[in-house]
Amino acid sequence: MRSIKEINEKIKKGQVVVATAEEIIDLVAKKGVAKASREVDVVTTGTFGPMCSSGAYFNIGHSKPRIKVGGGSCKLNDIPAYCGLAATDIFLGATALPDDDPRNKVFPGEFKYGGGHVIQELVSGKDIRLEATGYATDCYPRKKLETLINIRDLNEAVLLNIRNCYQNYNVAVNLSDKMLYTYMGALKPRLGNANYCSAGQLSPLLKDPHYRTIGIGTRIFLGGASGYIIWHGTQHNPAVKRKDNGTPEAPAGTLAVIGDLKEMNPRWLMGSSMLGYGVSLSVGIGVPIPLLDEEVCASAAVRDEEIYARIVDYSAAYPQMAPESLGEVNYAQLKSGKIIVNGSEVPTGALSSYAKAKEISQELKSRIQKGEFFLSEPQAPLPGAESGYTCRPLKERPFFSP
Amino acid sequence: MTSKRIVLHFPHRLVDQPLVYKLVKDFDLSFNILKASVTPQEEGLMVLELSGSEENFDKGVMYLQSCGVKIQPLSQDVVRNEAKCTDCGVCVPICPTLALAIDPATRKVSFDDAKCIACELCVKICPTRAMEVHF
Repeated sequence: MRSIKEINEKIKKGQVVVATAEEIIDLVAKKGVAKASREVDVVTTGTFGPMCSSGAYFNIGHSKPRIKVGGGSCKLNDIPAYCGLAATDIFLGATALPDDDPRNKVFPGEFKYGGGHVIQELVSGKDIRLEATGYATDCYPRKKLETLINIRDLNEAVLLNIRNCYQNYNVAVNLSDKMLYTYMGALKPRLGNANYCSAGQLSPLLKDPHYRTIGIGTRIFLGGASGYIIWHGTQHNPAVKRKDNGTPEAPAGTLAVIGDLKEMNPRWLMGSSMLGYGVSLSVGIGVPIPLLDEEVCASAAVRDEEIYARIVDYSAAYPQMAPESLGEVNYAQLKSGKIIVNGSEVPTGALSSYAKAKEISQELKSRIQKGEFFLSEPQAPLPGAESGYTCRPLKERPFFSP
Repeated sequence: MTSKRIVLHFPHRLVDQPLVYKLVKDFDLSFNILKASVTPQEEGLMVLELSGSEENFDKGVMYLQSCGVKIQPLSQDVVRNEAKCTDCGVCVPICPTLALAIDPATRKVSFDDAKCIACELCVKICPTRAMEVHF
């Protein structure tokens, strides 16, 4: 029907027609898939939620005299960063905590400040304390460095997230008699609440369930700037059971993404503290879906009512890696505020912000319409359901020291 | 009849005075203590839901103020910081009084301070710590 190249021509001429993933639903309902797919060129998706496998790498520049932080140690506002790289390259993970954080010693730990918060403060333009040590070499004689740094002075500041944008997720509940503090939020005992974490009908990979348009090299909205999909994310698991509309019934595909942190905005990158669990980074991502044909359009028009998630008990089934589910519910039910689990009514809560996801889909739409954002051709596909690619559990093998 | 949720700050010299008793005895007010932190030698804090006739309520409040108690409505003390809130809604099922709710149309979180009992469950649950208590 149309190619990405043709869509970009239309963007250049200011003639492109863009609909958000919400708007295409109404359009298809009103006009049918055939007509809607002829009229609309691009559908914009969005998601905003805690994504723990996020991080950023930096080149801090060489001090005078030089120091080899690589192989030494490095902290940003007391948060340890990884420095097993070249002299002045460091990587900060979103879940990193200060060495002296009490963690869960006083349960539930508050996890007030960690890697995700440092990334947010850097993006906000705040000065950050860098404390680094090196072991001194002939070419890098210095052993200690203490300085304020600012994102504008770093040579590179790049967001690099190895697992974002889960294609669907569990609905977490608690069947036990005690309160649970999980990455899915606080779960009240005896089915006190049910927490979910997906933008449902706005979520990027749920709107292109077979990765027909989203692939390696796809340009995306990332943290307020433009970024790219660089690989499938870790734990990518495309082979899970799917509904007839292609949407998976359980967590499936994931994305690895990259983008220039210097161009991002703290509105879309927020340090998050999960009580009793740890620190994370809430990330805003939007992916454009070029409507190449009617099939892509039909997938992009899937509604909350047609996307199902599994209810999982986080007191036993999840921690014990027991795969059983307590049933499935769709996102319209989840968004209604209550669902039925084991015969009782359970109030729902979300970790993923639908309001922000919607805002991202609208922002991406407006950037495309204004000619500020062009679509890119994927250079390679993500492993699909038929590829045989799966996420396997760890098979432990004991070892004995000689 | 009126019923309001108020926050009382007692200077430490008043901590050993039976102020709430006086509200009942002299002003015919009924009370429900939502929160209290009253320790010797320190400023005391009490969150009260106070009910009675309009006239008696005002007189009771005047009495407390004349004793040196600082009073303010609870709604000023529990605040949803809109700059920090991401409208995720993870707080909604945690709130025991439904003071936190999500608008079905906009999917934005709202906070009805009239329903809040200052239990503070939402404060630590919020991933971006957008619920703030300023007692």
